[in-house]
Amino acid sequence: MSAPRENVFPTRMNLTVTKQRLKGAKTGHSLLKRKSEALSARFREIVTKIKEASSFQQSQAKLLMGKVMQNASFSLAQVSYVTGDIGYQVRESVKTASFKIEARQENVSGVLLPIFEKKLDGSDAFELTGLGRGGQQIQETKEVYIKAAETLVDLASLQTAFSILDEVIKLTNRRVNAIEHVIIPRVENTIKYINSELDEMDREEFYRLKKVQAKKKERASKADKEAELLEESKNKEDKEAQTSPSGEFANILSNHTDSDIIF
Amino acid sequence: MSKTLFKDRNLMGLIGDEDTVTGLLLTGMGDIDAKQRANFLVVDKKTEVDDIKAKFTELTKSRNDIGIVLINQWVADLIRSEVDAYKAIFPTILEIPSKDHPYDPSKDSVIKTIQKMFDD
Repeated sequence: MSAPRENVFPTRMNLTVTKQRLKGAKTGHSLLKRKSEALSARFREIVTKIKEASSFQQSQAKLLMGKVMQNASFSLAQVSYVTGDIGYQVRESVKTASFKIEARQENVSGVLLPIFEKKLDGSDAFELTGLGRGGQQIQETKEVYIKAAETLVDLASLQTAFSILDEVIKLTNRRVNAIEHVIIPRVENTIKYINSELDEMDREEFYRLKKVQAKKKERASKADKEAELLEESKNKEDKEAQTSPSGEFANILSNHTDSDIIF
Repeated sequence: MSKTLFKDRNLMGLIGDEDTVTGLLLTGMGDIDAKQRANFLVVDKKTEVDDIKAKFTELTKSRNDIGIVLINQWVADLIRSEVDAYKAIFPTILEIPSKDHPYDPSKDSVIKTIQKMFDD
């Protein structure tokens, strides 16, 4: 056997079942292939977006990560200039987060991609920071940083989508390839095997029937011959009985049945 | 991907130099939970690499309320092997530029993966 096949009995029922399996495998293959293509398209889109967002070159109106962070840092530098170092104060006053993220789902052909969105809840953080000096500057910086954080969150969603899609595409492609190169050939081979075996059985059956017929004919002719022989021998006996009554007495009673006498 | 995987991940983690952390904390993303675990770490010249690693592991593995970890690229460089080895989907690691260190896209592990993927 050249290629592997499934271990099935070559029966007509199994042939039907296997043919159905082949059909199913082919449908699944085309579906998966389409899924993989859809995902790949999406994937490429995300990759270009990530590349765009991560690079320093300004493209269109979109503020990019580097640019955004640069702005934010500059803004913070302004604060330090006005207020002095607020880092310690800021770090010490951290309690619970008010800038949170929320994951929303997007469905791309059956794959759920999370999309992070910022969620501001609770009171305004650091409302009173810099009350003494530079409050305005700090509020401004805060705005800038919130913008920057939004960009970062967007980028992070893209990146998450990237890793999920990467994984799913690999998985899907693996399945597509498995179906294409392993399952379909095997099922086809099984069908071929069952077909050849059924043909073989057909031929065997035909031959057997022929053989049976021949035997029957032979037997019939033999029987004919025997019957003929019997007849002949009987005739002979009769003749002998008639021609040579001198030797042994012919048994008249047994050989001849008299016709009934009807009055 | 079940929904529970990222439904509860509402916080962001933050590892970076003082300015980056201060600025991002201004937005209110800082959080100290009931167990007194902060979701941010300030890295300066005196910070031990092991501490960074410990924080990174805490943010990415031990805690399950963190959705995104922001890390300065130069800090990520210090623990590059950990960052590159990190393959899980949640939380997402995002390498961000800092004021004193220019951002080099070719070092970013995600960008590297992309490059690798489209080179061959």
